[in-house]
Amino acid sequence: MSLQHFISEAVSPWMKNEGPDSDIVMSSRVRFARNLKNFVFPILSNREHNLEVIEEVRGQFTDIPDDQVGQLELIEMDDLKPIEKRVLVEKHLISPNLIEHSKNGAVLLSENETVSIMINEEDHFRIQCLVAGFELKKALSLANSLDNWIEEKVDYAFDERKGYLTSCPTNVGTGMRASVMLHLPALVLTQQLNHIIPAINQLGLVVRGSYGEGSEALGNIFQISNQITLGKTEDDIIEDLQGVVRQVIEKERAARRALLDNSRIELEDRIYRALGVLQNSRIIQSKEAAKCLSDVRLGIDLGLVKGLSKSILNELLILTQPGFLQQYAGASLTPTERDIKRATLIRERLELEDQLTKNVEGDE
Amino acid sequence: MTCQECGERPATLHFTKIINGEKTETHICEKCAKEKGEVEPGTNHFSIHNLLSGLLNFETPIGESQAQSFYKPEPSHCPKCGLTYQQFTKIGRFGCSDCYKTFSDKLDPILKKVHGGNTIHSGKIPKRAGAAIEMERKVQSLRNKMKEYIELEEFEKAAETRDLIRSLEDKSTSEGGE
Repeated sequence: MSLQHFISEAVSPWMKNEGPDSDIVMSSRVRFARNLKNFVFPILSNREHNLEVIEEVRGQFTDIPDDQVGQLELIEMDDLKPIEKRVLVEKHLISPNLIEHSKNGAVLLSENETVSIMINEEDHFRIQCLVAGFELKKALSLANSLDNWIEEKVDYAFDERKGYLTSCPTNVGTGMRASVMLHLPALVLTQQLNHIIPAINQLGLVVRGSYGEGSEALGNIFQISNQITLGKTEDDIIEDLQGVVRQVIEKERAARRALLDNSRIELEDRIYRALGVLQNSRIIQSKEAAKCLSDVRLGIDLGLVKGLSKSILNELLILTQPGFLQQYAGASLTPTERDIKRATLIRERLELEDQLTKNVEGDE
Repeated sequence: MTCQECGERPATLHFTKIINGEKTETHICEKCAKEKGEVEPGTNHFSIHNLLSGLLNFETPIGESQAQSFYKPEPSHCPKCGLTYQQFTKIGRFGCSDCYKTFSDKLDPILKKVHGGNTIHSGKIPKRAGAAIEMERKVQSLRNKMKEYIELEEFEKAAETRDLIRSLEDKSTSEGGE
């Protein structure tokens, strides 16, 4: 296993599985923030301290007992080129914060990219588990077992009353952030989401764009996560989040059905135009690409577009981000060059899909 | 469209930020975006920490901090990491685990605001650190019991309890393996 495979493939191995409710839920994630008792938090520590933390990890944490995860690989940020770091961010394997602000930041990645443990980010450890579909409990139990395994080896900063001590008081207590990534084109199209978001916020949950805090909802993809980490158990937090997400899923499905019933021809028009743009454009900006990919994915989920795999949205959304495009081109590109490269890549990918379908049909 | 920052070059980057349903659009050229550091995905300058430090500053309106110093001297900085409360209100983050003790007086109102009124952890307890906490609690309750026996002049029982405490403490240090 090498770094190469983390940055050359747009689709993480776990994404290829189809989880429950995969027509709407793209992934579920659980993240634990943990700190070491005897070290100053990364925000105030110096490079030497951070190196010590990394050395501690290097010695003990690459041999993971859990065989469903595979081995962990330690990657230090200082060893990466800017484009490579950016690719890891685009795949949600590390946070932008890790590359911008961390001294001696590093990440432990599992082979299947389900597990990512960031080191020396805002906290010493950020244990993250990503799984396909609507499976928060699976992500939680995996994160729990990793957490227990790490705690066998190091002393966590923990207080009886305040729980796991984190650098930012917004994470103290469980240190847990659970989130679900949802594709909500019909709720956006029917403008219902604007009314749903404030209601969700009132329940102690937050709605954000796909790249976290403050980011735009690229391709109608939203992330719903818990805000409160103190005073509730991990299971309660997950159950509250699940309950709300379940309702959002039902609303999205109802909106999709209503669109099909009431304005089928307009919807088909929109979806096939989007497909046409993706198949034929020669220059395309990321925003337009994301919009078209979202429309086409909706078409696939509604059974209007045949012969394209569902994962194409996830794959192309990541593949057409600036970092990946440049990684793929093997050089840094100007914005215009990127737009041309993006269009080419999307066309090629769709043609490939088309050939695959024809081959299958030919075999029959 | 020209860049709204420099007004010279064409705007090639278009950002839409949605925070709690509030939409703001930015159109800038790549040069200005680089200067502003807005080119990485997910980067934003108005983060949770900015919001949080807003809350924290609200905790000490002007004048109050001076008035307070008459009554009880606040610890000016954390003995372990050296963080001052002033710095904390600026960056919205603590420097080490001891900061939670150092600034404990000011902590609960903040925690209530960000955690829906909660101030006490009720979730997971780490296995090893948790065992020590259990043990501490047990020893503490035995000590209290011992004092009671002494006050009641039941010295035999007090001695028994003392031995029990010793054996528990011995056990925990040998398990600690240090």
